[in-house]
Amino acid sequence: MKRSASPAETSQIGRSVERLESWLKVGGKAEYVHNLRLPGMLYAKIFRASVAHGRIREIDTSAAQAVAGVYRVFSGKDIAKLIPEPFFGPAFHDQPILAMDKVRYVGEPVAVVLASDPHVAEEAAHQIVARYEELPAVYDEVEAMSSKAIVHDTLKPAGTFPDLKHLKGKKDTNVALDFRLRRGDAERAMSAAARTFEHRFRTQQVMHTPLEPLVTVAESTEDTLTIHTASQSPSFVRIEIARLLGWPENRVRVRVPYLGGGFGAKLYIKLEALAAALSLLTRRPVKVALTMEEQFFHITKHASTFRIKTGVDEEGRILARQCEVWWNGGAYADIGPRVTQKSGFTAPGPYDIDNVFIDSYALYTNLPPAGALRGFGIPQLVWAYESHTDMIARALGQDPVAFRRRNLLREGRPQATGTPLRDAATGKVLDRLEELMEWKKPFDRGNGVVRRGRGIAIGFKACISNTTSLAEVRINADGGVTVYCSTADMGQGSDTAMAQIAGEVLALPAEDVRVVHSDTEVTPFDMATLGSRSLFHMGNAVRLAAQDALQKMGKLREELGLPADAAVKDVFKKKFGMQAGSVVGTGSFIPSYTPPDANGLTENATPFWMIGGSGVELEVDTETGRVRVTRLVNVADVGTPINPKIVETQLSGAAIMQLGFTLFEKMLFDEQGQLRNPSLAEYKIPGMLDLPGEIVNETVSAEQRSGPFGAKGVGETGTFGVSPAVANALEDAVGVRLTSLPLTAEAVFGGLAK
Amino acid sequence: MRKAIRFRLNGEAVEAQVAPHENVVEMLRDSFGLHGARESCGQGLCGCCTVLVNGRAVSGCLQLASLLEGAELATIEGGEGFDAVQQAFVESQAFQCGFCTPGFVLMTRKLLEENPDPADDEIRHYLSGNLCRCAAYPEIIEAVKLAAKKRRAA
Repeated sequence: MKRSASPAETSQIGRSVERLESWLKVGGKAEYVHNLRLPGMLYAKIFRASVAHGRIREIDTSAAQAVAGVYRVFSGKDIAKLIPEPFFGPAFHDQPILAMDKVRYVGEPVAVVLASDPHVAEEAAHQIVARYEELPAVYDEVEAMSSKAIVHDTLKPAGTFPDLKHLKGKKDTNVALDFRLRRGDAERAMSAAARTFEHRFRTQQVMHTPLEPLVTVAESTEDTLTIHTASQSPSFVRIEIARLLGWPENRVRVRVPYLGGGFGAKLYIKLEALAAALSLLTRRPVKVALTMEEQFFHITKHASTFRIKTGVDEEGRILARQCEVWWNGGAYADIGPRVTQKSGFTAPGPYDIDNVFIDSYALYTNLPPAGALRGFGIPQLVWAYESHTDMIARALGQDPVAFRRRNLLREGRPQATGTPLRDAATGKVLDRLEELMEWKKPFDRGNGVVRRGRGIAIGFKACISNTTSLAEVRINADGGVTVYCSTADMGQGSDTAMAQIAGEVLALPAEDVRVVHSDTEVTPFDMATLGSRSLFHMGNAVRLAAQDALQKMGKLREELGLPADAAVKDVFKKKFGMQAGSVVGTGSFIPSYTPPDANGLTENATPFWMIGGSGVELEVDTETGRVRVTRLVNVADVGTPINPKIVETQLSGAAIMQLGFTLFEKMLFDEQGQLRNPSLAEYKIPGMLDLPGEIVNETVSAEQRSGPFGAKGVGETGTFGVSPAVANALEDAVGVRLTSLPLTAEAVFGGLAK
Repeated sequence: MRKAIRFRLNGEAVEAQVAPHENVVEMLRDSFGLHGARESCGQGLCGCCTVLVNGRAVSGCLQLASLLEGAELATIEGGEGFDAVQQAFVESQAFQCGFCTPGFVLMTRKLLEENPDPADDEIRHYLSGNLCRCAAYPEIIEAVKLAAKKRRAA
């Protein structure tokens, strides 16, 4: 039911092409790993730790093994027979496939039951009994700095990141990275300031909650392994599995169809090592599929504490800012150390400040691991610095927009790292936000039980660097075009965007371009689908590959003595005497990058900046503390939108998701580190009734000159400003300033009662 | 342990061998290779497993398959081509990852049967039992209104 394609002469850039897989999705026929069943497949059910920190004394699997229909039960020791060093992770090789000597959080995988019937596996998993010698545990990220409870006896950096190497073999510490940045002399400037302000902010641990829970199916032969997985990073999975097994990469194949949501949950390596090991141990296909509950024990978003101090002069110009950020990484580092550094260096916000001091710490604690969640740490930072900035403006009696405008970091001016801002429309975003909020018009705050308030916030992000994307574009003998790339389409519309980019180069409608899904046997290397990097990096690689293919077609025409406008079909027919053959263009893209020096400074920290601002109008019921967002305005610099409709829905979806993290989502732990609300019954995510009354999404006119056709990433930008804009509006409405997320009715009511 | 049940699936008379604990999602997957109704939260709270039993929307992950004897079961895979609701969802791009979409489409059909011209508030309430983590909610509301318009015009 594909619609007729638009004429090829029309530019593919700026066209709101409907997602190429639209009809599959509305028909319930899109392919997800969730659906996959293979002949002879075994289902795995995980038995999990019941203590937050402890040495394993005994795992008794005999009762489980005796359950009728159970194929095998495995624990860490069995895995170690196949993989002697069964520890994985992108930053540290710290995470065991199944717990080895210790468990480090409640919910950690300890053993696994395999059965042809998943219900049998589940029943048997309940029969496993483990005994632990409990150890002191630490849950708070600031306490973890000095706690006697040490999560990992020895630190084991993976070796891929130079700034982690100095941690190798370190003992008696929970610090998995101590990033520091010093520019100017913050201390001296602070003492010279007319006024200083210091606040402390917290964010809570939350979960991505993709509606397709994490799932991996592995199948093996004597010497090959195929992993079908809901992953945002197939290339990394292949590298990591090959490393664990000591195999060459070409014996490991990783396939990724559509993802039922990702948001960072499906990054790097999650269930793949377990599924691979189980398949190799049993020589059967094995499916490891988590339930929604179980997802809470595999990946979360960092809770954080941020102490921020600012010195301003008489006019309200920011002279210095000191930032100390503690990231609660949970029991395994995952990508936490990169969050700590790559986001950490933007902690002072999009402001022009000569004297900056940043300390950013990745901490191990005895909680479920934390990784990247739609913003890679940025929403935690913006929450703090934009709440703080608003508090300063109010204390100075200055308009919050005017105060920000006075201090805003502008084009060409150096950011904290010293890297100048390029193609970053900070001013335009703030101006447009002010207009859309009708900021200069009087605002009715009400005077009864329901009070009204409004607030704004602006944040920015440096795209993670340096990372690589490769792509291939094939022109087939019938003139059709196929794009091969390892970007995972998890709903963000990357297939469609890549088709538009290839189509633009090759003068074809995007609808006629086929995008092949990640399959490491076929699609070339890509770092990962994360951090809003794919449109820029993979988009550039696809553009280059398409240009290469076009050039090769031109050469072929020349060789064959055909005119430059000869149809593709005719070229191949002349070359091969029939409809045969193809031309393959390749593209490889890696932006330039200069790593930070010992003071965290670099002239080239990032290939592009993302700018996002949000404005909020809300109502507070002063009798209950209930907050209702009546209007949410999101303004962003996304460069030139390739697909305006998809861009708009990315901004909107990100902002609504962040609204959940702002108003109610929170993982609740008891004193034993036991998660109390791992289900959608008790952990609420936004639904229809949580929508703001009105949502406005806009992009400012801008161009990322180094991006494909002027574009840059957008997947996370909508999250930046939402939380502080709500907190700022809340203070505007009722004078209550909350410094911990989420901003629940209870917290608001508590503030009102004071 | 398994018993045979006879019912109508998307208008066709069918038979399936089901275990006593087997739910409708499992039966659709294992006996018919249908994946449009999918289990996500497993508690009947997200709407991803929505199917229609005798015209009523139910959570397929909570409904025992063995109770379907003699019932009329409709899933997203039923019908020829695409209806006004599906067309409206595509035109409004009312989905991102697509995992929750079949549930939303089925619930929207139910809503429009009961109320051919629903207001925003009525749409929000009727669809409040379906979750979309991509938060395509504004586009879904737009799609429901567009579908209503298409149906009225037809």
